[in-house]
Amino acid sequence: MAGRMNGIGPDVRWQGITEGTAVFEGGNSREFNTGEWATVQPVFHADKCKQCLLCVPVCPDSSIPVMDYKRMDFDFDHCKGCGICVKSCPFGAIEMEGVK
Amino acid sequence: MALKDRMSGNEAVAYALKQINPDVFPAFPITPSTEIPQNFATYVSNGEVDTEFITVESEHSSMSAAVAASAAGARALTATSSCGLAYMFEPLYLASSDRLPLVLAVVNRALTGPININCDHSDSMGVRESGWIQLYAENNQEAYDNMLQAYRISEHPEVRLPLMVCQDGFITSHAVENIELLETEDVRNFVGEYEPEHFLLNKNESYALGSYGTSDYYMEAKRAQAEAMLKVPEVVQAVADEFAKLSGRQYGFFEEYRMEDADRVMVVMGSAAGTAKDAVDMLRDKGEKVGLLKLRLFRPFPAKELASALSGCKAVAVLDRAESYTNHGGPLGADVMAALFRARSQAYAVNYIYGLGGRDFRTDDAERVFAELQTVLDNGDAGETYRYLGVRG
Repeated sequence: MAGRMNGIGPDVRWQGITEGTAVFEGGNSREFNTGEWATVQPVFHADKCKQCLLCVPVCPDSSIPVMDYKRMDFDFDHCKGCGICVKSCPFGAIEMEGVK
Repeated sequence: MALKDRMSGNEAVAYALKQINPDVFPAFPITPSTEIPQNFATYVSNGEVDTEFITVESEHSSMSAAVAASAAGARALTATSSCGLAYMFEPLYLASSDRLPLVLAVVNRALTGPININCDHSDSMGVRESGWIQLYAENNQEAYDNMLQAYRISEHPEVRLPLMVCQDGFITSHAVENIELLETEDVRNFVGEYEPEHFLLNKNESYALGSYGTSDYYMEAKRAQAEAMLKVPEVVQAVADEFAKLSGRQYGFFEEYRMEDADRVMVVMGSAAGTAKDAVDMLRDKGEKVGLLKLRLFRPFPAKELASALSGCKAVAVLDRAESYTNHGGPLGADVMAALFRARSQAYAVNYIYGLGGRDFRTDDAERVFAELQTVLDNGDAGETYRYLGVRG
């Protein structure tokens, strides 16, 4: 897994570990590409999407970016492939293997 | 100026806590430690302390709340015994791995089963690998004195590890003895104000604890934790030396009792040491060269110093108030024998399991141990090293 916290990465020696593995900065979950955990991920069909945005709030990993009131394609660096968004879409604009 | 009084071990610990005036005390009752939070609750009700006293629904919760309070920046503690300590198993590891100063007053009691409420050390022995410092007391005076020194050790910047102050259930927790108390002002000057470097309630610093340690980091994190434990002995001794100047009572890693020229030595922890000292005195009066080593600091284990103290003796008996089911002895026996082996000791060493579930340990039991050590020396053979003391059969 990539990502660095407190300037520390997977090459850190034990002497460099913060006391109690404390973290001294916020917002660092972005640094960790949890998308690597996924075995399958959803496919976004922009042509079928009506931009109702029902899928955005149900994503547990905030992996559906929105710009100018329109959703973009998935943030595959962080999408874990749970498939919840597939169920939320009324228009069949999101497909994923194994999710009906 | 010292104040003479008479108190049970539980009263002594509660009184020490009143003098310390900690910030947060989450509590759940269990025999025989119940009196500590019970007596402390009276101090809270009477307005004699400023402590936030939280009644919680379990020991898992009392330890979790104490961990959270310490992380928030408070001087916190709780108290427990037996199955209550077992129920804290999970959050105990949070306290030590998060490097949180914290104190737990343990009143040692057997683990179930059969169900039993009386003294042995199986509860605190069960968590001896949790990364907590463990101090053991022989009597109520030592329980009081250890509690007064606990925060100084636990909060030391080189240490920042949680600490258990252990005493024997009922034998010292409920027996009333004479005690010398310090003046509260002296206690507060000695213990000092707690000023954590990092704490969650600090609005000027981003700070998170309890992070997820993947395989890339976990082992480095545990090695860093071990480094803090390596710093503990020096701090324990420094705090003890400072405490001696205040109280006149000198502590260390262990007490050596009539060890000079002793060829047979008993190693023991807790209240049994007091009984064994009587036996040592009686045998010394008869000219026998026997001595006693009472361990105070069990975690971390002062292996080198202990082996050095035992270097002059010919036979050692290690007494364990807990089973290990290793088929070759108890936990204290394993550590002492490993220390002797590392020091290339030529002494014979045997290990006794004694006093389980409140079984009395009497002077004639101690005399029997010394007599059996003499037999070992006479035979030039340790024989069976895994023995039971005081069991019918």
